[in-house]
Amino acid sequence: MSESIIPESELEEVELYHAKSWWTEKVFSQDAKLIAIQYGLTAFAIGFVALVLSWFMRIQIAFPEMAIISEGTYYQFITMHGMIMVVYLLTALFLGAFGNYLIPLMVGARDMVFPYLNMVSYWTYLVAVLVLFVSFFTPGGPTGAGWTLYPPQAILGGTPGQETGIVLMLVSLCIFIVGFTMGGLNYVITVLQARTRGMTLMRMPLTVWGIFTATVLALFAFPALFVSAVMMLFDKLLMTSFFMPALVEFGENLSYGGGSPILFQHLFWFFGHPEVYIVALPAFGIVSDLISIHARKNIFGFRMMVWAIVGIGALSFIVWAHHMYVSGMNPYFGFFFATTTLIIAVPTALKVYNWILTLWKGNIHLTIPMLFCLGFIVTFLNGGLTGLFLGNVIVDVPLSDTYFVVAHFHMVMGIAPVLVILGAIYHWYPLITGKMLHDGMGRFHFWITFIGSYLIYFPMHYLGFIGVPRRYYEMGQTEALYTSSAADLNVFITVAALAVGFAQLVFIFNVFWSVKNGEVAEKNPWKSTSLEWQTPEQPPIHGNFGKELPVVYRWAYDYSVPGAEDDFIPQDVPNEKVKLAEGYTELGVEKT
Amino acid sequence: MTTTSKVPLREGMEGFVSDWASDQRAFKGVPWGKAMMWIFLLSDTFIFSIFLISYMTARWSTVEPWPNTSEVFALTVNGVSVPLLLIAIMTFILITSSGTMAMAVRSGYQKKRKQAAILLYLTAILGLSFVGMQAFEWTKLIEEGIRPWENPFGARQFGSIFFMVTGFHGFHVSVGVIFLFITARKVLRGDYDTGRRGFFTWQKGRYEIIETMGLYWHFVDLVWVFIFAFFYLW
Repeated sequence: MSESIIPESELEEVELYHAKSWWTEKVFSQDAKLIAIQYGLTAFAIGFVALVLSWFMRIQIAFPEMAIISEGTYYQFITMHGMIMVVYLLTALFLGAFGNYLIPLMVGARDMVFPYLNMVSYWTYLVAVLVLFVSFFTPGGPTGAGWTLYPPQAILGGTPGQETGIVLMLVSLCIFIVGFTMGGLNYVITVLQARTRGMTLMRMPLTVWGIFTATVLALFAFPALFVSAVMMLFDKLLMTSFFMPALVEFGENLSYGGGSPILFQHLFWFFGHPEVYIVALPAFGIVSDLISIHARKNIFGFRMMVWAIVGIGALSFIVWAHHMYVSGMNPYFGFFFATTTLIIAVPTALKVYNWILTLWKGNIHLTIPMLFCLGFIVTFLNGGLTGLFLGNVIVDVPLSDTYFVVAHFHMVMGIAPVLVILGAIYHWYPLITGKMLHDGMGRFHFWITFIGSYLIYFPMHYLGFIGVPRRYYEMGQTEALYTSSAADLNVFITVAALAVGFAQLVFIFNVFWSVKNGEVAEKNPWKSTSLEWQTPEQPPIHGNFGKELPVVYRWAYDYSVPGAEDDFIPQDVPNEKVKLAEGYTELGVEKT
Repeated sequence: MTTTSKVPLREGMEGFVSDWASDQRAFKGVPWGKAMMWIFLLSDTFIFSIFLISYMTARWSTVEPWPNTSEVFALTVNGVSVPLLLIAIMTFILITSSGTMAMAVRSGYQKKRKQAAILLYLTAILGLSFVGMQAFEWTKLIEEGIRPWENPFGARQFGSIFFMVTGFHGFHVSVGVIFLFITARKVLRGDYDTGRRGFFTWQKGRYEIIETMGLYWHFVDLVWVFIFAFFYLW
């Protein structure tokens, strides 16, 4: 468990930047914790916009006779909903918010290694969000090209928002990537080079492993999106032909010619598939920690969990073309990519088994974070299993572009990571604000969200099986094609979606209400071992740890250790200082 | 500052893994800035690789013939058309600047303040002349009618991809030149000896910064070698 040699400090401590004015302390702050909160609030604000867009879309599909939005608007909403949720909400929240808050605290650093760069990263992200948001108010509105932005249609006439919306979207993505790179370099180097004494890589909590690996993926995957965004911008603004073949529009030959639309798909998905794991890996990490803490048991197979995260990360770079089975690429590609896709199921399944084996015979506390974790495991399992269907070429082809796909990816990378985010907020809220979130509202929020999302996405699998295509703003006279149950189900799904949406409003209310009115949290309320709860103050102040940085003697999972009086031993407590339970002479050794 | 862990390493592979995973730092003796630059360059490598892969794809997918590069990039001197003359000079200058950069790093670590500053200025000036010649080359191509959207000598993708990739590389060089001038100024002023704080970052600079700067500069040179091979020789 704990090795006896704790090495001396290798580096003198770097002087911290101390804010000199209100502006540099509260607004242009270089403190990773405040930057994290700024990232989080911005991501939630733009994410809320995406949530509201989904309500409009659901109402439109369920009640087409109301004609609440036009077909063009529907495409615009679908595009913005997808792009915001995947990039501007989930990526920014997991890496920008959780990464900034937790990495320095969990590895025992006073701040990120480059606080100034970190600050610039947030403000660049804010600019990206604003540029994206502005596109709602430009002539023609935001782009309606679908979140994949496939050319040639993304920049041609007839696609909503092809006037300015698509340009703003691409520019915004470029800005986001520049901003993310600045933050991402910080996260990676802080984990690699700025850990405290005794914090070996294999003693880091899995949360840090997840965020770290996801950041590495992002640093290598976002370049593909960056390059393709730049090239499409040139196609749009300079009339180059990177992605544009010779085209005839309304009987007129366009000046494009000789480009390759498939190239864009390859580049996009070379980013797009790692992006799935950029969202999923931090969720894996956080959920592992939360399960271990709230089941009072060490994580099962810690080393394998780490290697699974790293393995999934590496494999995620060689599976991208399973998004392109129907694109007309060489069929042998499909064979290769189906194989690699199914191989990814191995480390992923390993993780699911390990979560369940951690729960096995654990002292499970059904706290709200634990409820969300349990919700995550089943949801992720569900979404993962439908992934096996879609990963196989023969099954994918008929299911392609149906609601089955919608159900699959919402389950696996929509609902599942969001459940983790929500659980993580309930878990770390006392650390960040010093108050507990209201328990009753929290439980209401969980049950409506969890059951509601099943009511939304389970029927969608069925819709997909009977062939209902996605991205249609109304089904029209389709009784001949689909049973009337399709229309009824759409109404049902919409009602469920609105209920889940309402529950999120309760959650938002809870978050703001509890800052003032919440119960004051005791120190380390979940009795967690990891360093972020061992700070002298709660919430931690600038510099995180008091005069001396903590020294780490053990891994982050010493729960219910036989012989210890408490059921947890914090990472910075050496063996000799552990209070022994009655009848024990040392840890794990009973009196004879 | 100690650079190595005091815990004795285990033998073989086990020692390698435990060393990398050991506490505080994965890369012993590597300053934060240098580690960050390496990771950034890896990320940047992806950007340039994808640019070059896109270039190859465009070259295969276009239906028009690719222009003959040794004619397009030729320079007429005294009525004799010399293929790749300008590019040869540009490449020579950039590689030379890599040499002066490496010497600047060495002088920096030897704390030879003036010598390091002079070498950095020299590197920056060589970089600047590279950008200047690139501007000259662009002007020549544009005068001949090559545009991002059209190309009188063949496939239009030639113009678009050439301007995009060399432009992106030229942008890298220009950024490098700016930072070289800033670093040179700081070295000459003695910031790294007196511990003067950076204007924005409020951090004390060290001579290691020259090496970090050098990593970036060598990377930009290396990318140029690939661009040179793929655009001018293929």
